[in-house]
This record gives sequence, C-alpha cells and structure tokens, in this order.
Amino acid sequence: CAEPSGASRPGAAPAPRPCWETGASEPRRRPAGGAAAAPAASGGGGSGRVDCPSLSCPAFVSPSGTQGCICVELCVLHHPHAAFLSTLPQDIRNTVGNIPMEWYQDFPHIGYDLEGKKIYKPIRNKDELDKFLEKMENPDYWRTVQDKMTGADIKLTDEQVDLVHRLQKGQFGDVHFDPYEPAIDFFSHEVMIHPVTNRPADKRSFIPSLIEKEKVSKLVHAIKMGWIKPRKPKEDTPTYYDLWAHEDPNSILGRHKMHVPAPKMKLPGHEESYNPPPEYLPSEEEKLAWEQQEPAERKLNFVPRQYRCLRAVPAYSRFIHERFERCLDLYLCPRQRKMRVNVDPEDLIPKLPKPRDLQPFPTTQALVYRGHSSLVRCLSICPGGQWLVSGSDDCTVRFWEVSTARCMKTLPLAGVVKSISWNPNPTICLVAIAVEQSVLLVNPSLGDKLLYGATDQLLESYVAPEEERVQPVQWVAATTEEHGKGIRLVVQHSRPVKQVTWHGKGDYFASVLADNSNMQVLIHQTSKRWSQNPFRKSKGLVQCVLFHPIRPYFFVATQRYVRVYNLLKQELTKKLMTNCKWVSSMAIHPGGDNIICGSYDSKLAWFDLDLSTRPYQLLRHHKKALRSVAFHKHYPLFASGSDDGSVIVCHGMVYNDLLQNPLLVPVKVLKGHALTWDLGVLDVLFHPTQPWVFSSGADGTVRLFT
Amino acid sequence: MQGGLHLPPSSPWKRALSLPFSALQVFVRKLRKAYGKSEWSTVERLKDNKPSYKLDHIVKERYPTFIDALRDLDDALSMCFLFSTFPRTGKCHVQIIQLCRRLSVEFLNYVIASRSLRKVFLSIKGIYYQAEVLGQPITWITPYAFAHDHPTDVDYRVMATFTEFYTTLLGFVNFRLYHSLNLLYPPKIEGQSEVELKPTEGEAYAMDSESYLEKLSALSASLARVVAPTPEDDVEMDEFPVEGETAEQMDARKKEQEVLEKQKKLFEGLRFFLNREVPREPLAFIIRCFGGQVSWDKSLCIGATYDVSDPSITHQIVDRPRLEQQVVGRYYLQPQWVFDSVNAKLCLPVADYFPGVLLPPHLSPFVTEQEGDYIPPEKLKLLAMQRGENAGEESEEEEEEEEEDDNDDDDEEEEEEEDDSEKEEETKLKKMEEQKTQSKALPVKVTAGKVRLEDKQRLEQEQQSEEKRLAIMMMKKREKYLYKKIMFGKKRKVREANKLAEKRKAHDTAIKEEKKKNKKARRA
Repeated sequence: CAEPSGASRPGAAPAPRPCWETGASEPRRRPAGGAAAAPAASGGGGSGRVDCPSLSCPAFVSPSGTQGCICVELCVLHHPHAAFLSTLPQDIRNTVGNIPMEWYQDFPHIGYDLEGKKIYKPIRNKDELDKFLEKMENPDYWRTVQDKMTGADIKLTDEQVDLVHRLQKGQFGDVHFDPYEPAIDFFSHEVMIHPVTNRPADKRSFIPSLIEKEKVSKLVHAIKMGWIKPRKPKEDTPTYYDLWAHEDPNSILGRHKMHVPAPKMKLPGHEESYNPPPEYLPSEEEKLAWEQQEPAERKLNFVPRQYRCLRAVPAYSRFIHERFERCLDLYLCPRQRKMRVNVDPEDLIPKLPKPRDLQPFPTTQALVYRGHSSLVRCLSICPGGQWLVSGSDDCTVRFWEVSTARCMKTLPLAGVVKSISWNPNPTICLVAIAVEQSVLLVNPSLGDKLLYGATDQLLESYVAPEEERVQPVQWVAATTEEHGKGIRLVVQHSRPVKQVTWHGKGDYFASVLADNSNMQVLIHQTSKRWSQNPFRKSKGLVQCVLFHPIRPYFFVATQRYVRVYNLLKQELTKKLMTNCKWVSSMAIHPGGDNIICGSYDSKLAWFDLDLSTRPYQLLRHHKKALRSVAFHKHYPLFASGSDDGSVIVCHGMVYNDLLQNPLLVPVKVLKGHALTWDLGVLDVLFHPTQPWVFSSGADGTVRLFT
Repeated sequence: MQGGLHLPPSSPWKRALSLPFSALQVFVRKLRKAYGKSEWSTVERLKDNKPSYKLDHIVKERYPTFIDALRDLDDALSMCFLFSTFPRTGKCHVQIIQLCRRLSVEFLNYVIASRSLRKVFLSIKGIYYQAEVLGQPITWITPYAFAHDHPTDVDYRVMATFTEFYTTLLGFVNFRLYHSLNLLYPPKIEGQSEVELKPTEGEAYAMDSESYLEKLSALSASLARVVAPTPEDDVEMDEFPVEGETAEQMDARKKEQEVLEKQKKLFEGLRFFLNREVPREPLAFIIRCFGGQVSWDKSLCIGATYDVSDPSITHQIVDRPRLEQQVVGRYYLQPQWVFDSVNAKLCLPVADYFPGVLLPPHLSPFVTEQEGDYIPPEKLKLLAMQRGENAGEESEEEEEEEEEDDNDDDDEEEEEEEDDSEKEEETKLKKMEEQKTQSKALPVKVTAGKVRLEDKQRLEQEQQSEEKRLAIMMMKKREKYLYKKIMFGKKRKVREANKLAEKRKAHDTAIKEEKKKNKKARRA
C-alpha cells in the first residue's frame, strides 16, 4: 500500500482528517436534531461501513475492516499534513498496531510511546447524566465519534460528514470521480502485431503431446474393437404401431382372465348442467344442509348452479381433484364382482291361499258392548254362546246378551276383576271370577231356569267330609247378601289371584296366584270343595295355566317356557321353548296338539306338540305386545289381541294327516279399539259356535266382530 | 418423476410394471449413491444414460383385444385432455403435456373424420362428450379453458404415472383408429404436401415446429387419406335379418339407423362463424363432427377459412348480450343452440337462442328416464318434437290462451284438485304433472253410476292391498328385510320425483304470477 501521491487524488488538497471506523451503535447516539441531517447508518454495519474515509480514492475503500485499519495507520503516520493533527488538544497516537482493542479495555493506557512511557487514554469518567447533558448542550455531539484505537473523541469535519453521507448513499467517496467515463480497453479481441510479452514459446508448444497421443490411440483402439459405441440418439417421441395386429384371445394371461374392468364413472344428470331446469337448483335450506353434510355423505359432490350464458361459467375448482380421486379409485380400490340380485319385490311375497277362500272368518265390527267405565280386562262366554261376561277395572262384572249387546246384569265387586271364566260344561251355569285374593263362583241365573236351578242344587248338595283336611285355601259359602247377587262360593286364597281357568269337564278349575313360592298354581275341585297344590317347587313366575281339552295334561307357562305336566302320572312330559322374552297368554287348539303363545315382545309362537319343543312358526304380526290369544272351538281360526289396538285373525288349519304341517294364513286385521294409556286390546275370545270374535279393550268397550 | 415410478407397493400397476424395470431400479440406486457421494460427474453420466422403458407390452397385456382398450378409454381421454391444458412449466414434464395435447388433438380429428360424436353436455364441471367408436360409447370430459388453480393436496406423481400409461394406450388406439379409416398416421392435413406443410400464412402465429400441431388442433381442415375415397367405397351394406327378430324390431333398428345417419349430417351445408368470446375448440369440434363448416376470426387462431363478412355464413355463434351491427341473412345464436341441437338430433328452432335471450334449460343427454322417474317438462317437449309433433308452438299458444282465460282455468284446476285429493298422495302429484303437460281440458263430470263403479274398483283394490299386507306379514324375516329395503328405495325415488315436480310447479306458478303482474302493470 503505497503512499498515495497528490496527483492521483487531486481533490485531496484540504486533506480530510482520518475518520475512524464508526460502529453501528454510534450514529444512534446522535441527538434527534442531527438525525434529520444525517440519516442513521444502516444497522448491519457491513454495507455502509466507513473503513478509511480519509482516503478519498475509491480504490482504497477496502471491504474488510482489518486492512482498512492498517491503511488508516499508515496514512495517518505518513500524512503530509500530519502536523495538522497536532492541533488536537493531545496528540494521541496508536502505537499498538492492529490488535483487538478490547485487550486494553481494562487498562488506563493504550500502548507506549518512543520513550517507553504509557500513552494514557483520555480520562473518561462521564456518567449517564454527564453524557445526557453533553448530548443536550454540545451542538457538535452528533458529529463526535470515539476513536477506538486511541479512545479519544473526535469531532468530524464537514468534509468528513459529507464523505460519510456519500458513502452511505453508495456513491464514490471522491466528489470528482466520474464513474461513467468511457472505458479504454487495454486488451482487445484484435490480434496485435506485437505480443504482450516477449517470452519465447515453450518447447512443448511445438512437439505433439505423447500423453495425448497415447490416450487418443487407446480410444481409437477401443472404437476399433467395438468397446466404445457412439451414444444412441435419444428417442423422445414414442413410436406407435398396430399393437393389436395379431389379436389372440387365447393369449390372455391367467390373471387377466379374472380381470374386472374398471367401472365407468357416473354420467352427469340434469342437475350438473350449467343451466339446469329450475327444479334442480337447491333452495337455501338444501344448500345449507349440503354444506353441513360430511363430504363423503353428500349425494352430489357439487352444488347445482345456474349461469345465464356460457360466457359466465367459471372453471370448476375441483376438476383436478376429481381426476385424482378417480386415479386413486382405479389403483387403490380392490374391485369385486358383485352379484346384484335383481328381485322383483312381488316375487318375495309368499303365495298364500286367498283369504276369500278361507272364509268364514270375522271381517267387520258388528256390535259394541258399552257400559264399563274402565278397562275391560277379561271376557268369557257361556258354552251355549248366548251370554257373555266381562270383568273390568271399575270393579264390576257385567253379563251381556251376545246378540243384542244388552247388559243383563251388573255385579259390583270388591276389587278389580283380574280374570273370569265361564264353566265350559253346558249343564252347569257357573262363572269363576278372580277378584283380589279370592275366586268367586257365581251363578249368573241367566238363560234356562232349570239349568241354573240345577246348578244351585248341585252346589247345595255338597256334604262336608267328616275329616277336615288341610287345604291351601278356604272354601266359604256365600252370605245371604252375596247369595242375592248370585255369588255361591268364595275360595279365599292367601295371595291375589291372577288367573282362573276351568277344566273341560267343568268340575276342576285352576287358579294362578301372584306369588314367588311353590304356591303359585292351585287346582280346585268344585264338587268336593277341595283344593290342592300340585307343585312342590317353583319353576319361575307362572304367567298362565291351561288344561288340555281331552287328555289329562296341564300346561304351565312361565316367563320363557311352557311346561306340560301329565296330571295322572304327576310328571313333567315336555318343556316348550317359546323363544320369547315374556309369555303373556296361551291358548290350545281344540284338537289338543297345537298351542299358541302370545308374548309381550309382540311375537306369537305356534307349537306343534308332536313336532318339536320349539315353535313351528313365530309370527311377528303385531307391532306391540300381545295381550291375549284365542282359538276357535270349531273353525280353524285363531286370534291375537295386542296393545297396538288391533286383533289379527289367522287361519290356522291343522290337518289330521301327521305329515302335513299346519297352514297358517293371516286373514284379517280388525281394528276398532281406541288406544287408552298405551293399551289396546286386552282380551280376545271366539264365539263357541259362530265365527265371531269378541275383543275387550282399554277403552272400556267390548266389541264383536262378525 | 425423478427416478421413474412412484407407486405404492401393493398396487396392481406396480406389479405389472416392476418386472421389466429392474434396469430402472438399478439406475435409481446408482443415482442415489452418486448423489450421496457428491460425484457430480457420475450423476451427469448416469443421467445421460438413463434407461428408457416402454409400456407397450403392458398395454397389450392389460387390453388383449382392441375392444377392451376402447372400453377403458374414458379415463385415458379425460386425463389426456386435462394434462394438455396444464401450463408448460412446473407440475410435470413438458414432453408429457405436449404428447397429451398431440394425442388428444389426434383423437378429436379422428372423431371428426369418422363423425362418431353422439352427445355433448355443458356441465358446470366441464364439457362432456360422448362418441361411439366401433359400437363402444366413449365418454370424456374436458375442463373449461381457464388456468388451473393447482391444488396442493393432489399427488401429481400419481397422476403423471397414470398419464404415462394412458398416453401409450391412446397412441396405439389412435394409430389403429386412423388406420381403420384409411387415414395417415401421424395425421396429415388434406391437400397439403410435405412442402406445403411449411407454414406460409401461419408464420406470424407459430413457429415452424409448432405450426403443424397448431393447424391440426384448429380442427378446421380434413385429414389426408392413404387411399383417396371414391364414392363407390360406400357400399350398401347387405342386410341380414338377425334370427329371432321380428319385423317390428327390424323396423325399429332401421329407423334408428336412419336417425343416426341423419344426425351425422345435422350441420351439413351450414356455415358457422364463431365470435371470439365463444370457446373455439369445443364448438369447432362439434360443428365439424356433424358436417358443418366453421371459421373464426383470423387473429383468434390459425386455420380460419373465411371471414366474418362472408355472405354465405348461415349461423354466427355469439355469446354477448347484444350486437352492435348484425348482418342480414344469418342467425345470431348462443352456443347452447349447437349443443342442444346435437343432443336433440335435429336443428332446434332458433328463436329461443338469440343473443341476450333467457336460454331454455340445458338438459343432460345422458339421462334416460325410466318408468316413474321425474321428467322435466322441457324434455317432454323435446321428445314430442322428436316424434314429429309440433309441440313447442302449441304449448306456447296454450300459454297465451291460458293467460287470456286464467280465471276459467283456475276453477277447473280446483275441481280437479278436489277430485284428486281423495287419491293417494303419490299418484296425485304425478297425475297433476301429466295433466299439466298434456292438456288442461279434461272432462270433469262425475255421474252417479261412475262413482259406484269406482267404488267397486276401489273395494277390489283395497281388498287386494289388504291381501298383500297380510301376505307381507307372513314373509320370512330375511325376505321381509329385503322387501322392505326394495320398497324403501322405490318410495324414496317416488318421493324425490314428487319433490322435483312440486318444486317445478311452484316455480312455474311464481313465474306466471309475475308475468300477470307485469301485464297488469303494463295495462295500467
């Protein structure tokens, strides 16, 4: 780095003072007033850094700080106007050279002078207040910088400030330097007659290279031997030919024999049109519903829209998505041949004999027996079919004439009538009524006077046995007052009685108690006024019991099973699984081989006793719980009443031929009862001779369908 | 597609591709190694020698017969048309995009040459086309010509892999199709020898290398044939009655054939001019497919054959609300007319399609209504028109009349409604709809005798329905479930149809009332 001569920098006459490196933080210390005049230096310090502003020749503005420092050192030392510097109050010079100044941070001096004495830093004991005062008072504060090399404060001259400004703006430091001078080419493309240097050419430039020769001969040899082949030209345009020129269907590979071609995409409907008919445009609610649906659940993957003209149709934003999803479908979804059964729904309906061919059966409501004020729980009919008796929750029992719907008699009782049963023996006129804890045997005194007189005589002819036997119940003869009402005998139980049913001969009857013990079922003999408990053990909550019409069998229905006992042998013969949750009622075919069970889970199970202990058929005709089921004595009919207020009459033909299964055909749904407290039909009953069905409902009526 | 293929390991495509591509796998391995070692010269060398592969055998394996290939062409075409609209930068290799463009243009030219386009549909997603090639319906969709808003959640590598396969497939299919028509492949424009192919007039438009494809994609010129067609070539096909076919069926087939032939010559003799705001390519394609001549502004695209001022132009397709100056002797029509006419297989009356007019709804030609489906009234009108009845005018007149004596009509309608209200909901709406579409003047006279007759019928019906109900009760559980499912589906269909009909009715009445109001306002 030579001393710059005066000729090289003609504008340096007023000898700019050296300006030492200004740190990034220093310009910020300037007062606000000065900041406007001298814009703050750029923060990084890299680009707008002033390295050696004293040298106005741009060649000396070195990018690196270290070199710049040396320059400063030299130019300061050899500056022709160095004496000018001595005008400063103290001639402080850096004698330590370019070392990190923080080494002297903790010392009061920086370096040594020629005599070996310490050169002291200017004393700095200014606190913040002093600094502030100086900042406020010193008008040149903004142009005062600290020289790191010597630790002295230096006030920049106007020229120096100007220089800093220029450099900050990215201009050349020298005012007079013209960066746009026409360039003079020292070296041009033209070959000059004189060489640049006078050096004679090397020998190797005259002699062919042996190494190269060897290399070339190797390559030539390799080419001759066919080891090196010319690079094949790249084919970027594919060539096409008749790929299917020789179609050979037998050449299909094994795995393509089972190839499932990709299903085609669904073709668009009217709603996808850019101008669809107005009915395909969604309303506001539909649009909202569409937006709230999961994308996978939407029926259409777009909202139909209408555009007035083709010009207004925008690009479909999900076009690429759809193609991409199709690609994913094609290669990620396994394909499967699905056998779609194209069934005609009509073919599924079983071909049943027409109900018209299965007549007679009740079809229309003929009579309504009104009178009860509460739900009618139970019905019974005299074996002749002339009188009907009904028991209700309004604590009365009413006797009706079937053909006229006239209430012949009303029998007020002490409690709710749970069950009622007319003696099936046509020679006896007696009705068993279950009221609270007792079973009343009532002579209704209806019909033939001889008949009911005979019944009374029969009851009176009872002679008490000499030896009093222990009985589970008490047989009490009616008081005179009760006798006047028609009550003849009272069988007092220990528990409330749920059901009472007669044996076909009319002498025995069974009662079911609401109990958990083995005392749930009792069998009574009217003629001997004698009762017994047939079961030693409880087998569950007994729902209802039934006598076999011909043979000495006894059916006991618990919640899920029906047990068949042989009364003679006193043993269990069969246990029928009903496949129901809770059996509600039971009826037996007059032939005695078939049983139907109604259940609270709205099923009706038909058992063929000869066939199996499982139901032959489980009918789910009703929508709600079944309350009662009934068989007709002569006709092949059975009926079921349910909480949904309907009575369904079915044709249930049982053939004598054991090989032929019973034929069950629903023939009529009878509706008439109004639903009260969610209860519909509580009891159904067939007329003993006619194809008529009675039903009692929760609406307090009894209806006759004929 | 650095390193070739990107497919999940389990895909059947991968299985098909992996066997002959071991060289490619080795290449990828070597390249990865070179990258890892930062041996750039090796990388360069490897890249130079990248093994190329062909998918020909895979196409052959996947589609052993040509018909198989045609059957699966839908996706290939849609994908190629989509890729050909991609920008030439970014998403995937330029070569693929150019190849897609070339192949799709070739296919379009084939469809024009064979006149096999059948249906077109302007959907909000894009334009659907359906062509019938060798008896196979081929449907494809092209997006509207806008820049794509490229989604970020789409894996373009997967799409590019598919496109690679599809381009191979489409190339072979094109080759075969061109040869089946005795056309040269790669296609040449008719009447231009090799020398003439050097662009003269298109110089300003495209570079030398591009002008050929551009001219081809203009779709305005017909293609050169290997053997010049002579009129004797069109040999009358002998007719062989198919066994077991009745005369009626044969007649129907013949009629169908005739209709088809007629449709192919739908625009024959018509000269179209496309305004610059109209999508040029689809319209030029469609018009040329049906024998029409088409041109456009010379500055719009290469290949314009005549000028706007040509007096022989019969139809000018315009998509702006009004025109400053109109030339006498030609129809100014909106583009939907072309599409609707093609779908209707006849040139529709032009009155509905004048510029600025509220267009009639554009219906999908892909919907074939089954029994019980909802049919929009426009479709009914169209069907009537196809049958040869002049329903359109009648209905218009009717409407006029309706407006004249609206009061009378209303009374009648009410009566009808009362009658209907007794019937079931489902039949009611349908009937109303039918009545609406047919004619209003039904004899509404109820005599006592008739009523009894109806009662009897109804009784019978009721009995039958009850029998059915009872029989349904006796069904087995599984069958019942199936039956209920089927019936549910049927009912839903009916419900949807009814909903549409109801909506339409509400809309029609609203419009009618508005019209009335306007009329009154005008009178007052």
